[in-house]
Amino acid sequence: MPDFRMNADLVIILTAILVSTASALVGTFLVLRRMALMADAISHAVLPGIVLAFWLSGGERATLPALLGAAAAGLATVTLVEWLTRTGKVKNDAAIGIVFPALFSLGVLAVSLYFRNVHLDMDAVLYGEIAYAPFNNLTLWGREIPESWLVMGSLTLLNLLFVLLFYKELKLSTFDAGLAATLGFAPGALHYGLMTLVSFTSVGAFQSVGAILIVAFLIIPPATAYLLTQRLPVMIALAVGIGFISSLAGYALAIWLDASIAGMMAAVAGICFALAFFFSPLEGFLTSRLRRDRQRLEVAARLLVAHLAHHSQPVPEQEVLEEFGWNPRFLKQAREKALQAGWLEVVREGLRPTHSGLAVSAQPQLDR
Amino acid sequence: MFELVSQIFTDYTLRNVALGSAMLGVIGGVLGAFAMLRRQSLLGDVLAHAALPGICLAFILTGSKAPLILLLGGGLAGWLASLLVLAVLRNTRLPEDSALGVMLSSFFGFGIALLTFIQHGNNANQAGLDKFIFGQAATILASDVLNFIVLGGIALLVVGLLYKEFKLLSFDPGYAVSLGLPVRGLGTLLTSLTVLAVMVGLQTVGVVLMAAMLIAPAAAARQWTDRLGTMIWLSALFGAMAGVSGALISASRENLPTGPLVILSISAILLVSLFFAPLRGLVWDWARTRQNRRRIHLERLLLDAHVLHNHDVLTPQTLAERRRESVAMAQRHLEALRSLGWVQQSQKGLALTPAGDQKAHELEQAMRVLPRAKGEPPATFLGSNPS
Repeated sequence: MPDFRMNADLVIILTAILVSTASALVGTFLVLRRMALMADAISHAVLPGIVLAFWLSGGERATLPALLGAAAAGLATVTLVEWLTRTGKVKNDAAIGIVFPALFSLGVLAVSLYFRNVHLDMDAVLYGEIAYAPFNNLTLWGREIPESWLVMGSLTLLNLLFVLLFYKELKLSTFDAGLAATLGFAPGALHYGLMTLVSFTSVGAFQSVGAILIVAFLIIPPATAYLLTQRLPVMIALAVGIGFISSLAGYALAIWLDASIAGMMAAVAGICFALAFFFSPLEGFLTSRLRRDRQRLEVAARLLVAHLAHHSQPVPEQEVLEEFGWNPRFLKQAREKALQAGWLEVVREGLRPTHSGLAVSAQPQLDR
Repeated sequence: MFELVSQIFTDYTLRNVALGSAMLGVIGGVLGAFAMLRRQSLLGDVLAHAALPGICLAFILTGSKAPLILLLGGGLAGWLASLLVLAVLRNTRLPEDSALGVMLSSFFGFGIALLTFIQHGNNANQAGLDKFIFGQAATILASDVLNFIVLGGIALLVVGLLYKEFKLLSFDPGYAVSLGLPVRGLGTLLTSLTVLAVMVGLQTVGVVLMAAMLIAPAAAARQWTDRLGTMIWLSALFGAMAGVSGALISASRENLPTGPLVILSISAILLVSLFFAPLRGLVWDWARTRQNRRRIHLERLLLDAHVLHNHDVLTPQTLAERRRESVAMAQRHLEALRSLGWVQQSQKGLALTPAGDQKAHELEQAMRVLPRAKGEPPATFLGSNPS
């Protein structure tokens, strides 16, 4: 049995991977259900729940009361936001932006009033203490394992079970809530179940990455995966993978620069998102621009060949330029494209279509 | 309490804190009103969170802790984040809330990383940068208040000059385009002004809680009026009230942070507005619903009594049988009708008064799609013709 206390890196990295996996599993559905900002609200509102549990349990930092308190606070947030929206006096986004600062303020106020010198400082709220994960161990079946592994491991398992067991129901109610309700799949119960798990995950991760940065783990990897695929299982897998990568790279960067581990992980996740935004094969900013250029050239080349096919003589390039109003550079590009495809040849008098070029321009294009 | 209020004018710190918070309330209220109408409430949240890396970078690059430089850095970073959100929304199919969440958390994470990087470095000058996270109003100096007034003044001046354009943009952007207004530019300008509001708020309430200062005053003001001009004035007033009261409460005891108290004050104002604002208040809604329910209940009773009066005898027993309720209940219902003057005692039990008969007739007519023609038999629906 390896001695975990000796290997702090392993403890921290595995904790981070567990956090990111648990978050990616539920986060995928938050992004798809357009409730990403609800995660933001829940993760903030978890603070008063934790403070309350902290107070009720007599100043001891116990995991179970904290989990329950946080789940209660999370559900209270969801209920409050939904109630405010339903009154019709306030729009949904405004309701979110009203509820969570108020609850978070209550939490901050309680901390600064009653727990000033206790082991619950605001730094922990902000960016957690994942670096301390190796120091909190507990004994289970005669073995000493880090507490964070136990907490995050069980949460990851719980989220995984939820997604696996209710995969069909989640999928249906996410993409067609109306149909799910008609078929009797109780989308409401599923919704609150998901919200409870988000609250659990937020508070479980509270000790490792802090209440605010958990949003980065809940939203960024699924949003990045969203840019890369249009299939749900692939999206879940990609989100977990991106969380994995940002955990590893973030940890390495944080050690190198001596900066907050959780903060670096969120920043790396942000970089992953930026990469997906630019280079996603699906709809990346640069890839779609390149694709557009390529298609434009392809059309131009076909147009050029079709034009040449109407002439029995080779056509001088000058005449093509006047005919189409292209600039010479574009004509050169289109000519190169057509030459590559073997559709035309350059002779002394100008451009002349080849046999395959004539065949291409004679055929209607149906294959695209 | 009075002593505390008078301290605003004598106590240097309290005066600065109160002035700074009030200024934040005013400018947050004014710009929040437009943000709310344009459904961009949470953009402010993103701007505020995204300011953190800007503050840290400004410190790393200049080595200075002059508030104005740090605030400018924060403002620039927030502005960049808002542009990035727009770029993501224009070029991908990612839902808006996810785009906001991604920018918010990645900028904030980067900011936290930078902050710890600075703190772990050997820079003796770094202490106090983290005050921008939750705000630390007690450190506001007279020079800071001057900065706030300049920043806020610029924002308010621009809003004043372009009020008509912003109003059109908020309510009917399509019409604004057709009039040839530079809608995209105006939208960016409004967002940039919101960045100014965030810069004012960073020292007072901090990046985490700033969102509420942009949303809550406007949401509260919205409950009191349907006119934009009035709403903006009210919003500014509510924001200022929350700022001052938050500052006062936090000065009343040790260990009370100003930022959260300002937020809780504006939340309280919002709650009161939601429940008690005239016309739109929830309490009046409930009262109206109750009243309507009672009126409809009485009208149904009268119609039942009317049927019995015409085709049977009107006694508590017959009414109870018709309405499938207990005799005691029917007795009470008849009592209610009598107190309205619709039912009176007669020889063979009870009878409708002329007023009650008239009212029942009106109700019956109102329920018909077409008025009854002369000589037509009485209506048969609503069970008014028992067979």
